Amino acid sequence: MLKDITLGQYIPGDSLLHRADPRTKIVIVFLLMTILFMVDSFAGFGLFALFMLLVVVISDIPLRFTLKGLKPVMFIVLFTAVINILTVKGHVWLDLGLVKVTREGVEISVKLALRMSLLIMSASLLTLTSTPISLTDGLEKLMAPLKKIGIPVHEISMMMTIALRFIPTLMEETDKIIKAQSARGADFDTGNLIQKAKSFIPVLVPLFVSAFRRAEELATAMEARCYRGSEGRTRMKQLKLTGVDLVISSITAVFVGAVLYLEFFL
Amino acid sequence: MPIEIRNLKYVYDKGGPFEKVALKDINLKINDGEFVAVIGHTGSGKSTLIQLFNGLLKPTEGTVLVNGKDTRQSNLKELRKQVGIVFQYPEHQLFEETVYRDIDFGLQKNGITGKEAEERILEAIRNVGLSEDILDKSPFELSGGQKRRVAIAGVIVMKPGILVLDEPTAGLDPAGKEEILGHIARLHEKYNITVVLVSHSMEDVASLARRVVVMNNGTIEMDGTPEEVFRHVERIEKIGLSAPQITYLMKKLHSRFPWINDNVLTVEQACAELLRHIGGH
Repeated sequence: MLKDITLGQYIPGDSLLHRADPRTKIVIVFLLMTILFMVDSFAGFGLFALFMLLVVVISDIPLRFTLKGLKPVMFIVLFTAVINILTVKGHVWLDLGLVKVTREGVEISVKLALRMSLLIMSASLLTLTSTPISLTDGLEKLMAPLKKIGIPVHEISMMMTIALRFIPTLMEETDKIIKAQSARGADFDTGNLIQKAKSFIPVLVPLFVSAFRRAEELATAMEARCYRGSEGRTRMKQLKLTGVDLVISSITAVFVGAVLYLEFFL
Repeated sequence: MPIEIRNLKYVYDKGGPFEKVALKDINLKINDGEFVAVIGHTGSGKSTLIQLFNGLLKPTEGTVLVNGKDTRQSNLKELRKQVGIVFQYPEHQLFEETVYRDIDFGLQKNGITGKEAEERILEAIRNVGLSEDILDKSPFELSGGQKRRVAIAGVIVMKPGILVLDEPTAGLDPAGKEEILGHIARLHEKYNITVVLVSHSMEDVASLARRVVVMNNGTIEMDGTPEEVFRHVERIEKIGLSAPQITYLMKKLHSRFPWINDNVLTVEQACAELLRHIGGH
């Protein structure tokens, strides 16, 4: 029931992408997202899609896992596409009386769908090839300059790390409680919306109780090990840029150059 | 209400990135009124096995028959009334405002109300050795051992024909352990229900169960009476388990004084055996 939620969706592997530094990957994903909003021609989208395909091949992750991330947003993509098709004015292709399907409308909605899908694909490739912990580590390092203006970067990233760390634990716990209550005759699938929502009270109350218990235990354990926040803290796993990062950065740079040339000079 | 398992295989996350075979080639029959212990080290498939008994998990291959009915086809509510499972740390499932209402949860879900519900709840709370005035308290203000007994009451109140308990004594002090095991043994005798006890404690297994199923790596390694199983100490140790401590002591004594019988599993038996020799001299 809960295995469909893919938040910490890391898939272990040893590809170029898995070995790259999280900072490199985060920067590249942000760059790609920015580029994606500049691309406006079908040639540009084609090139981008080709590049994504290359990345998927390099990442050694089955295509279906990459596409799985698209499922939850498919509705929004389709919904906006339909709205666009029906409302954008321009050269009429199909006259349905009340609404007119225009060439511009179709074009805009296809581009929008492509843009959203590619956006999500690149983001899920990041989370598929990096452990959540390495991602927060990378973010902390990248945001380090913000410390100067008083933003508690370390604390934020520690909170993110802890939150991510406990997602699987809490999911396991939820699964266990659901099983225990089902064994007592609880039923989560029938009834109307309100009855269904009510049927989750026997799951939520124990879940909150145990989440608070865990939080307290964790706080005690951290204090017992003299955790004092960011001041003077060192890491066991040091992030290091290597040849792998150089390789994937160069490939990306060539691609970005090609897309920009295609969009603005051709 | 026998449980019969034929050529069972269970795979977690089949086809996914974390595919794992949890159980394979399982053939097992548990008869009415038996007291069976399931032992095995962590990850041997014990907990997966018991979840197949009441349809929480469905077999990947093979069949699980409860009372002659395939769990894949039977009515789950009916099945779960027949097979009561007490999971590990059952006190974590408590959620109601009062103990009474928490025990009542399963009854309500099965449409049992009024006088009958009340009588059943009183009977259940007595069967786990708690007094009635606890019924109005919040389950969250009880002690650890009391919480666990309330949670067990919430399962036995359904009057299952088969009671499955996954490590019911984990994390309790020796007195609390004795107490809970005593109640389980009494339930078994009083209502002649089938009990399946998953345990890490060889002492508990040896003193309570009449049959021991040893699991290893998702298969059944041994199946027999405690005497038969614990006779093969080397085999038990090879899969990361041990015999009861008293058995080791008796084996040591046996190597010094060969006339002492070392096929002994409980302290009581050992006591009798030693007294027999002292008395004889």
